Amino acid sequence: MSAEPPRAPFEARVEFAGVRPKAERGRALWRSLDELQESPEFLEFLHREFPARASELEDPRGRREFMRVMGASAALAGLAACTKQPEELIVPYVRQPEQIVPGRPLFFATAILDRGYARGVLVESHEGRPTKIEGNPDHPASLGGSDAVSQAAILDLYDPDRAQTVRSFGEIHSWAEFVAALKPVLEKQRAKRGAGLRILTETVTSPTLRQQLEDLLAELPEARWHLWDPGAGNAYAGARLAFGEAVETRCHLDAAAVVVSLDADFLASGPASVRRIRDFAKRRRLSDDGAPLNRLYAVETTPGLTGVNADHRLPVKPSEMEGIVRALAAALGLPIEGGTSDHAAWIAPLAKDLQAHAGASVVLAGEALSPEAHALVHLINERLGVVGKTVSYSAPVAAEGDPASLGELFAEMSARRVEALLILGGNPVYTAPADVPFGDAMMLVPFRVHLSLHDDETSERCHWQLPEAHPLEAWSDARAFDGTASIVQPLIEPLYAGKSAHEVLALLTSRPDRRGRDIVRDHWRPRLGPDFEKAWRRALHDGLVAGTALPETPMTVKLGDWAKAKTPAAAPGLEVVFRPDPTVGDGRHANNGWLQELPKPVSKLTWENAVYMSLATARSLGVRTSSSQDGGTESAGQPTPQGTVTDLVQITLDGRKVSGPAWVLPGHPDGVVTVHLGYGRWRAGRVGNGAGFNAYAIRGSAALHWATGAQVEKTAYSAKVSCTQDHWSMEGRHLVRAGTREEFEHEPRFAQELAEDPPNNLTLYPPHAYEGHAWGLSVDLNACVGCNACVTACQSENNIPVVGKDQVGRGREMHWIRVDRYFEGRPEDPASIRTWSQPVMCMHCENAPCEVVCPVTATVHSDEGLNDMVYNRCVGTRYCSNNCPYKVRRFNFYLYQDWTTPTYKMMRNPDVTVRSRGVMEKCTYCVQRITRARIDAKNQGREIRDGEIQTACQQACPAEAIVFGDQNDAQSRVAGLKASPRSYGLLTELNTRPRTTYLAAVRNPNPEMPKASHG
Amino acid sequence: MSQIFHHSTNTLAKVSIFGAVFGAGAGLWLLLEVNRSPYVTNVGVAREQPVPFSHAHHVGGMGVDCRYCHTSVERSAQAGIPPTKTCMNCHAQIWSQSPTLEPVRASLRSGRSIEWVKVNDLPDFVYFNHGAHVNKGVGCGTCHGRVDRMPLMWQHASLQMEWCLECHRQPEKYVRPKAEVFNVAWEPPADWSASGRGAELVKEYGIKPRTSCSTCHR
Repeated sequence: MSAEPPRAPFEARVEFAGVRPKAERGRALWRSLDELQESPEFLEFLHREFPARASELEDPRGRREFMRVMGASAALAGLAACTKQPEELIVPYVRQPEQIVPGRPLFFATAILDRGYARGVLVESHEGRPTKIEGNPDHPASLGGSDAVSQAAILDLYDPDRAQTVRSFGEIHSWAEFVAALKPVLEKQRAKRGAGLRILTETVTSPTLRQQLEDLLAELPEARWHLWDPGAGNAYAGARLAFGEAVETRCHLDAAAVVVSLDADFLASGPASVRRIRDFAKRRRLSDDGAPLNRLYAVETTPGLTGVNADHRLPVKPSEMEGIVRALAAALGLPIEGGTSDHAAWIAPLAKDLQAHAGASVVLAGEALSPEAHALVHLINERLGVVGKTVSYSAPVAAEGDPASLGELFAEMSARRVEALLILGGNPVYTAPADVPFGDAMMLVPFRVHLSLHDDETSERCHWQLPEAHPLEAWSDARAFDGTASIVQPLIEPLYAGKSAHEVLALLTSRPDRRGRDIVRDHWRPRLGPDFEKAWRRALHDGLVAGTALPETPMTVKLGDWAKAKTPAAAPGLEVVFRPDPTVGDGRHANNGWLQELPKPVSKLTWENAVYMSLATARSLGVRTSSSQDGGTESAGQPTPQGTVTDLVQITLDGRKVSGPAWVLPGHPDGVVTVHLGYGRWRAGRVGNGAGFNAYAIRGSAALHWATGAQVEKTAYSAKVSCTQDHWSMEGRHLVRAGTREEFEHEPRFAQELAEDPPNNLTLYPPHAYEGHAWGLSVDLNACVGCNACVTACQSENNIPVVGKDQVGRGREMHWIRVDRYFEGRPEDPASIRTWSQPVMCMHCENAPCEVVCPVTATVHSDEGLNDMVYNRCVGTRYCSNNCPYKVRRFNFYLYQDWTTPTYKMMRNPDVTVRSRGVMEKCTYCVQRITRARIDAKNQGREIRDGEIQTACQQACPAEAIVFGDQNDAQSRVAGLKASPRSYGLLTELNTRPRTTYLAAVRNPNPEMPKASHG
Repeated sequence: MSQIFHHSTNTLAKVSIFGAVFGAGAGLWLLLEVNRSPYVTNVGVAREQPVPFSHAHHVGGMGVDCRYCHTSVERSAQAGIPPTKTCMNCHAQIWSQSPTLEPVRASLRSGRSIEWVKVNDLPDFVYFNHGAHVNKGVGCGTCHGRVDRMPLMWQHASLQMEWCLECHRQPEKYVRPKAEVFNVAWEPPADWSASGRGAELVKEYGIKPRTSCSTCHR
């Protein structure tokens, strides 16, 4: 984020009331406030494929850079045709491992950790190099689906910024030296039963690690194990209130007809989110044999994926949340007082609907709700009679942490009672609450050790920084949301000198040189039955240990003092909500370029966090409400970095201050701002350093999730952010088509009636025959939740580069698939806002506008209807991209690929060309997967089976919204979906005849709800 | 008024015009010929290798099957270059002291691979699949030539796209019975084209060679 010199105050020239209705039929959708008001900047942006002057070289070194690039181009253009291929070497194995067939990948089942919890994955390995992560269809947390964070773990593995050696005060050391330094400390602690030893971990679900820690504490009973997870909420604390003990709450959304989310962004976060999307989408698919349409109510503050997909969304301030929970409980006939009456019109029909579906409904509580609210939600679910149906309980999966644990450790360190501190993972110096200066207190500990993937903010303050082995490099185990244990197996030897937490803990025991594999095997040996080796191999093969899911236990809520109403302390000023960032989490993924460049699901910001607020709040603060493109207003010739300019605002909370760019997010409630954690890191690595602002700086330990009494004021500075919401805008009508269940039942073809397709023969060009296969793809907009897993899966599968914040600001992001987000409603009224997500990739038009304008036939039609892109022919005229109505083509303005870092060479998919500068690229329908399936089928003398080819986006999609197949085969799934009355194509009125089609969304609003909330 | 130009200018002009047209044509022709010449394509240029492995000796002399070393040729895109262990299967017994084979023994001792020079090297944007071809009656010799007569390996065909397309457009000219795929000495009988046997095989094997760009480029 860069601050610019003070500028003239922004004039409020935005008037939304007078905006004309955009479409006469269908829905009036808009991507940004600029589009809604049709600002000159937006129109300029829309009509130029890239932002103004984006094609020109405008960096400070402009002229020199121009000379350099042009000089190189001229030289290369002339010489490219004359260069002889350099001599290449073939390096075969010395002893070829038994199962490896060069050129054919192997897949291994393992687990990726998401804040301690396991996500079952299958990892593709090419001759020993892991290259791609897929969901494990057998694993309960995945069922084949995946998420962006798991997909991006592969980039973390090969991150050249990872901690590579043992370091002490910046100097390179060896593990042996660390062990030697540890020995006297350990002897001293053994003598005093560990009284000065403290271990700090993140959430631990690993049975082996838990056992190791418990064994160590048994040996050194005075030592203590602390837990700190900056994103942890109050779920266990709430369960303790309601049931007297911590329990894990599981919900079964596929059995729920009515789902109520009370600030629970269950589609986007939590250890079960992938599974929950799968179960939720099952009731949204409207297939003939499928379950009836469900209904989702969301009460939330920050617009998130759950609110995006809700049939009814109520934006409220966090301070109102508990009153709403109480009001809902009271409306359901429970003896609960203290409910708010503000939203009675919303809560009454909701309660009625819940009761009408008693036994098939579920209420979910967000992590940020108070323990009392959690307990109330348990009570509500019990009242609805859904326990054992849509909700079940089990013993806690994770080792129980207590948010006060870090505070205790801090107090002990400040009192100099801690003599040795071992931090296994996590980054407490960065993530600790602002009133707990953990980093300062830590300096009083005479022996500090940090095991982590990166040499980060915490490592900097430790005597010893130990490089951690990535989960793809080390043996471990972990439990999923339902307790199912997976063995984490390494796919590759540690790239650097990394060790796992198991191996580091072993250093503290009498057997310091035990290897991770032995530790994990020894833990499981007595637990896997009589034939251990067989069961072990089975567990490795399946990616889970069968039968380890924790049994469901019936629980009964015990009413207590917690049910009594509290009087909330009213505080002046704004409220502030703290949330982990949707892509970089609590900061742990800050150095992952894929996640940094992944547009946030609702705001579409990249590389940045912002101070999100409503339009009314923005107006009251005097910040600009139009994300104007500043490029057009500067005098010509002055190099201006492109991007979206917004005002910098300062938040003051309890005397602590932080500044960040203001961002108007339609649907955000008034009187509250949201800030995402995980940014503003100063020691993340080359990718994450300096991106965004550090919201931890104002987050106090008393109010970890939201706080009241904040002052927000506009500063004299502005900031440039890179937001993709207006990029690749399609100019047309009815891009997202959606209706209600009533409309659908009345007229199933409501989506197709919005546009008239031209006749098939209306073309000058000879028709294609498509005698064999005709590949097509269908995206179900009702199932799609907009989670972005497809974007990262595509990036990983197709070797798509990261371009950086500056280039994203110029509209040059390279993602082959994007998730467009549209708003509907009046921006002044957050409750009226509906949001729609639409994944857009190459449409593979049968009458492709790009093909006819390429002067070098670099983009051509295949006999199966693919729109082929031939990189080696492309000379970069960009005519194709100009002529593409869907704006799905991406141009390599620079050499975005890192061709030099050796680890990245290992990461890339060897079946896809790594593109160079000056080349156009786009979605290929994963032609490498089509080819692999075709050749396999031919070699086996059979036809390609339906469902055998899965595109990367389809495979990753947790909602199963994307279906690929042969539309010539009438029996195929995709042909069936394309025959659905909901099926429609984008901009088919242009006679492009796209092969990618969409299934219109059908929402299920409750007719008794107040009108404003469903637009 | 006297003539400005000398009489010979007429000839000069004619030669210039003629020369411009034909000279440009000749230049283009030359460029194309150079591009197809072994100077660019390396066809017929034997490559030095760290160990002077002779296909002529192993295939021609002793009749070792292609698949003994190139094990994945039927299953994978890559035919596979044998691991050092494959060499040592025999050379632990025969020629076990030969100084020529020292790099092979050194590789096995040290665990470091032998670095062979790639002879048939396609550009990185071309994705060729061995399995798809040998399973459909395209012989090793069709592309690699008479390796049983090559003491050191050289490239037999240009590997340029026009050469690929020759067969993809007329597979009946180049296909052979599946039984003869690994017989590098196989020659089509004299009446091959007249007999229509090739067309029969194309039908029998279900050969539908594709010429769409994404068949090989992706």
